[in-house]
Parts: sequence; structure tokens; C-alpha cells
Amino acid sequence: MPEAGVGITRDEVAHLARLSRLAVTEEELDVFAGQLDVILGAVARVQEVAAADIPPTTHAVPLTNVLRPDVVTPCLDRDEVLAAAPAAEDGRFRVPRILDEEA
Amino acid sequence: MTTIESAADVAHRYDPVIGLETHVELGTASKMFCGCPTTFGAEPNTQVCPVCLGLPGSLPVANATAIESTIKIGLALHCDIASWCRFARKNYFYPDMPKDFQISQYDEPLCTDGHLDVVVDGRTFRVEIERVHLEEDTGKSLHVGGATGRIHGADHSLVDYNRAGIPLVEIVTRPVLGTGALAPEVGKAYVTELREVLRGLGVSDVRMEQGSLRCDVNLSLSPAGSGVLGTRSETKNVNSLRSVERAIRFEMGRQAELLDAGGRVVQETRHFHEDTGVTTPGRSKEEATDYRYFPEPDLVPLAPDAAWVERLRAGLPELPAARRARLAASLEASEFELGSMANAGVLELVAETVAAGAPAAEARNWWLGYLAQQANAAGVEPAELAITPAQVARVVALVADGTLSTGLARQAVDGVLETGSSVDEVVAARGLVRVSDVDALGAAVDAAIAAQPDVAEKVRGGKVAAAGALVGAVMKATRGQADAKVVRELVLSRLGAPG
Ligand SMILES: [Zn+2]
Repeated sequence: MPEAGVGITRDEVAHLARLSRLAVTEEELDVFAGQLDVILGAVARVQEVAAADIPPTTHAVPLTNVLRPDVVTPCLDRDEVLAAAPAAEDGRFRVPRILDEEA
Repeated sequence: MTTIESAADVAHRYDPVIGLETHVELGTASKMFCGCPTTFGAEPNTQVCPVCLGLPGSLPVANATAIESTIKIGLALHCDIASWCRFARKNYFYPDMPKDFQISQYDEPLCTDGHLDVVVDGRTFRVEIERVHLEEDTGKSLHVGGATGRIHGADHSLVDYNRAGIPLVEIVTRPVLGTGALAPEVGKAYVTELREVLRGLGVSDVRMEQGSLRCDVNLSLSPAGSGVLGTRSETKNVNSLRSVERAIRFEMGRQAELLDAGGRVVQETRHFHEDTGVTTPGRSKEEATDYRYFPEPDLVPLAPDAAWVERLRAGLPELPAARRARLAASLEASEFELGSMANAGVLELVAETVAAGAPAAEARNWWLGYLAQQANAAGVEPAELAITPAQVARVVALVADGTLSTGLARQAVDGVLETGSSVDEVVAARGLVRVSDVDALGAAVDAAIAAQPDVAEKVRGGKVAAAGALVGAVMKATRGQADAKVVRELVLSRLGAPG
């Protein structure tokens, strides 16, 4: 990997910001790339000590198969729901147009 | 659009490779991760709660029935069931999911490595299943301001989250090789058979027109015999069985034309247009696959133990292929005849008619013949006709014992279809009893001869063909209840002509 540490590049940060629809300035890219690099470095050190005899932790709670029966429960009131939205129309959430995508 | 070359012609030069991704909405009462109902066609945003709206602090809990339905699908498709797997977050920005991610499965699907066999033109094709995984469906967007309700030119979009969070199973095949010119038919046969399996399992209502079964079709061409996989297109919006076939056929022709001209196929998503039968390019692949999957932290792993899986396996209903094999024996039918009956939607009906006592050939003739015509004329499926297999068996029995002629049997069936009454009620009410008694017919024959003396004279003179007019008159007088053969014999013997 290029640059310092275990590696996140400035370009990768810019790519992630774009995917996350975050407006990040040129200066911020430098700052975040540096900070994320430190975080990744810390995680990498944990990986180093994880020996073969230590099972990977997949979840903070050691449980499986937490399920609910297929039973209908009450919904929210639509007017209340839509009142919390930035915009609504015809009982639906109104959102800005989305470019370059097909529904 | 130019004319597209036929699949058979394309298959001379290229080997088509198809792949199918099918999405099935499960028929659970509640959603995948919350208790909202799943009723189709409800008023927009009336089936939503903090979980499926992704409100802060809400937590998903998986629907046990949806998990079991997915395992059942996997078992029916001969898959391995994972003993341990996790849900994953699929991150993307699109308003059809209010959370800005979809809970899906990524590298740990619940079911893997299965297959489904389909028969086309007497040949069996094994379609290998790569994976069956469980996810949640998305909301529905309505694009406002565009001319066609599509996104291009739209001013803004309106979103309904009733569908968001409904359990959705994705069934992905491996590339299907070796189908040649039959690729379109194999694709259609696979989705048809899959739909039968899902319907038989009772896990979904599999209604393509309501979107509870949706299909994406992948197709690539490789130069014949080369074994080198070509670049594939992914066609979305293929929402009927017929469209699966048409979309494959269109893509075969389109890609062949491109390759013939020295061009190359672009890996892209395309859209199928039901009205014109063509596909057009959709969004490009750029960035589209960068979903940054990671294990869903709000859900614990799923670990179906062997006892649970075996209990579900033991409860599986008879699968369509096994049922057909059994029916083939009991119906004394060839693979081709079984196919005809299955395609006409009468296989079950014929089987039930036979079970009610009718000979297989008679049951088949009624359902594939007269009853199929009546259903077609009424614009309904044969199963929706107001006549039961038991009633058809009764009609067959009445013909067999000589009570009804074929013509009368059809009148009896018409009566049942019109009134919903039983066969015996219709026969009694309409007086549909075949008159074959010679004494009872004698008078009618004498009357017909007396009414047409000139015709009678011709028959006496040896013109036997002229007797038809007299037979017709008797049939009319007895309202079709006479046995035409007996009437003819009576007419000829009365007039001394050779029978
Ligand atoms: Zn909900």
C-alpha cells in the first residue's frame, strides 16, 4: 500500500466520502486520511496478536438465533410519520430527484 | 429497432451462457425485521414502524418464519444449509431504503450449492444454484414530472415504504452452459419450474404481476466451441415468464450483431421493455458494486442446527418433479403429454379427475379439449372454471354407461359451468337423457319420413347420402338427445336401403 502506515490513501478517503455523499474539502481529505491511517494501524496491531487459537469475535453478544414469531404488531400513524419528513406529498415521502439511477 | 436474428441462427456461431437471479417476496404475515403487515396494495406508508423506517434507536429482530421458509427453499433446491451465517449491511444511497442500507447476506448465504432440473424438448438441463440468501425488500418510488414515470426527466420522487422490509429471498444460478439455441426456452422453463417449487412449498404467492416474483437475466455469448466466457449484460425488469424468454432471445441477437461487427459487449445493466420486447441500457457499472458490505451489527448470527433443518426437511411437501413422475405413471402419459397438461394448467385437474374414477385418457381429453376451450373463451384458468374434477369424472361415467352422448355430455358440462349445479341436477333439470330406445325413436323417424317424402324417395332409390337430412330432422325433433347412429340405422331400415 502507498503512503504511511498500513494504508489508506487520500484517494480512497475521497472515494469513500463520495459514496457516503459527504462533502469533504481538500484540506479535510488530508486530515482524515491521516487520522484514519492511525485508526487502521491500531486495528492492524490487534490482528497481529490474534493467534490461531483465539476464535474471532463476531458479535459483542454471544448469542445466535434471536428470532421473533411471524406476528403483526401495530404500525405508526401515517400523518405522524410524514410530519417528521422534510417533505411529503400524496401520503408519500417527497425526495429530490435522483440522477443516473433507475428504480 | 432492426430485426433480431433468431436464437437458432445465433447458436450456430456463439454459445449462449445464461444466468438468472430471481427475487421472491415471502408470504409472511409480518415484515422481515419488524411486525409491520405485508398486505399488498395498502395505502402508502400505512405499514411502517420505527424499524422499517430506520428511525434512530430502533433494532431489527429476524422473523422466524422467513428464516424457515428460506431454509425450505434451499432444501427443495438441494442446497447445503449453512450451520452458521450472518446478515450483512449493503450500503448505498438511494431513497428506496430509509436507513441508507439494506440488510442482506453477502459472503455467508443461508443456502449454497443446489440445483434444479428442467426439461425442454425432452432434454433435461441441470441448472446449478449458486446461492439462496435472505434480505429485505426496498420501498417503491414514484417519479413525478417525467413523461413515462421513469426517472429521466423526473422533477422529484415520492416514496412509499410499505414494501420496505418485506422478506425477500434471492436465488442465484451459476452460469448455465450448453443450452445453445434452446437458451430462451431453458431460461423460461427454469423460472416456471422455480415458481412451481415455491408455490408447492407455500412460501410465497409467486405473483409476477404483483412483483412477488421478479427476475434478472444475465446473458453472454462466447464464440462457438471456444469455452471462453464473454462479457455479460444484466437485464432487469423481466417480470413475466414470457418476458424471460423474449429478453434472452433479444440479448442473444443484440450481442451477436455487436460481436459480428467486431464490437464488444459492455458489462452493464439493461432494462427490458414489455411492450416492444427490447432491452435498453440502464445505469453503468461504475461504483454500483461498491456497497461496502460488513456484518450487520444489530443482528446476532444465525445458526440452524441439524435437528431444525431435518425437521424442516421432513415437512417438505412433494416437489413438482417428483409429483410429475408419479402422475406420469398414474396418468399413463408420456413426458410430452405431461408437458402439454402442465403448460395448459390442467395437470392437477386431470390427476384429480382420475382420482375421482375417470379413465386417464378421458380425463385428459376433457381438460385439454372442451374444458380448455371454455376456459380460454371465458379468459380464465381451467382451475377457475365452475366445474370440479369430481364433476368431470361424473360426466365421463354417464357417457360410459350410455346415459349421455358426447353432445349431451357437453351440454351437461355447459350447464354446470353456467349454474354451478351438480352434473345430475343439470341432467335432470334439462332432461338431458340420451334417447336410444328404438320404439321411442320410431315415431320421430316416421314423422321425419312423412314430412320429407321426396327425400325419402331418393333414399329408397339408393341415394343413401340423402338420409342425412332425415337424420338431422330426427335429431332436431329430439333436441339432440337421440343417438345419431341409431337414428340413421332406423331411417335406412325403414326405407329398405342398405345400412
Ligand atoms: Zn416496520
